[in-house]
Amino acid sequence: MMPDAAPLTVTDIAARIADGASIALPPDYSGCAMTVVAALIRRHARNLQLIGVPSLGLQADWLVGAGCVAILESAALTLGEPGMPPRAIAAVKAGDIEMRDATCPAIHAGLQAAEKGIPFMPLRGILGSDLLKVRPDWQVIDNPLSTMRDPIVIIPAIRPDVALFHARHADRNGNVWIGVRRELMLMAHAARETYVTVEDIVDTDFLRDEDRAGSTIPALYISGIAKAARGGDPVGLAGAYPADHTVLADYVRAAQTQAGFDDWMAARVLETVPA
Amino acid sequence: MRPAAALSTPEIMIGTIAPMLAGLRHVAVGASSPIPGSAALLARALSGGRLRVSLLGSEQHNPFTDGGRELFDCAAQGRVDAFFLSGGQIDGAGNINLVSLGDYKSPKVRFPGNFGSSYLYHLIPRVILFREEHSPRTLVSKVDFVSAAGSSPEGEFRPGGPHALVTGLCAFAYDRRRGAFQLASVHPGVSPADVRAATGFDYSTPTDVPVTAALPADELALLRTRVAAEIAETYPAFAKAQWGV
Repeated sequence: MMPDAAPLTVTDIAARIADGASIALPPDYSGCAMTVVAALIRRHARNLQLIGVPSLGLQADWLVGAGCVAILESAALTLGEPGMPPRAIAAVKAGDIEMRDATCPAIHAGLQAAEKGIPFMPLRGILGSDLLKVRPDWQVIDNPLSTMRDPIVIIPAIRPDVALFHARHADRNGNVWIGVRRELMLMAHAARETYVTVEDIVDTDFLRDEDRAGSTIPALYISGIAKAARGGDPVGLAGAYPADHTVLADYVRAAQTQAGFDDWMAARVLETVPA
Repeated sequence: MRPAAALSTPEIMIGTIAPMLAGLRHVAVGASSPIPGSAALLARALSGGRLRVSLLGSEQHNPFTDGGRELFDCAAQGRVDAFFLSGGQIDGAGNINLVSLGDYKSPKVRFPGNFGSSYLYHLIPRVILFREEHSPRTLVSKVDFVSAAGSSPEGEFRPGGPHALVTGLCAFAYDRRRGAFQLASVHPGVSPADVRAATGFDYSTPTDVPVTAALPADELALLRTRVAAEIAETYPAFAKAQWGV
């Protein structure tokens, strides 16, 4: 984003994410752009591939329930204490979508390979897991630097089309401050395009402030920013406001059936005014 | 607050796990782990500040500054002494299943997924398995999907693995050489025969099986006050149900 580039709207961001795109998403506790997720549902996005970094929760459940998703890649499907995401679990069980099971460090490692522009990353562990049977793209090689037999797993680079998340602040130059949530930095480095919603846009330059600069994603990696106050509701935004456990519990109850999901989303999300 | 005599099953499990962490430097706690999280925070409170606890999902009890990958990098370097895993199924060889029941492609039951288990089980020296429901459907002879294997072939890099399995009925110790469990203690009111009847896998039983040691009164008080308040940040529903905080 060039300095002074006009901020986008939430609807603009949803329009720029193409059908069929692979989208890296943070877990529910790390800053979720829920308003863009709702806008993707409003524009009837289709065949999305969601990549959990490293797990998926409410964002995936909304998008799966609304028929926007073809593939989930994730180390877990979870809403945390409220339980499992009901529509995503039902779709995986029914075979309506493809589930690519993973394990947390493999997703991080795949993104790190993309960040470095290299084809794969070796990773310890995983040997003996049935993951190696269901993930033919993960391979075992013999450590070429060892004089003894040393099998080690290699994970192919994960290069998402889009990274999408919600953060506290952007500055006037389009730099995004993420605090301690550095998995968001990794996502932005690895993805082709990064779209961010923020609580507010501050008239300053985070890169000139040493206390801020180290936890700021430079505008170099950012394709567009939209302002969305309370944009993390209802999963919350770390450091700003908590998850609304009453709403989440209510959602989990309603979304046990597709009809319950449709009604809840219509009343609670889709009929609210888009930004 | 409950009278001290009436411990809940989670409190007994917390009291079983916490002593397994004594003397360690760094214990990490993963997702969906309120019982181990409480045990780790209790062990920390008793350590006089020597034990470091990293609680996933917590803002207050989390020392990491390099994103989601840092725990895993830390573990591969040997900087994490203990961790906790559970499973929809756990088998007698210490294999755990966090993925599904039945055929993988068309599962009868789908669980959340592997999380970091497939990796951390290999790398963290003392992995404590926990599962409150102790029944033939959770403790099985062979898991339907191996999220993480209990043991590895000779010659594979494997510094980590299972240390114990703590359930609502008992504690098992894991014998890494044999790749099998041994009954270590039964919780108050439970007999070794009860455990045998409720367990779907084979394990060994010593001649004398002790009753799980009860938490001393001062430690139980600490659990129900300081630790309850600390765990409530990350597991509010658990803390409310257990201790009304």
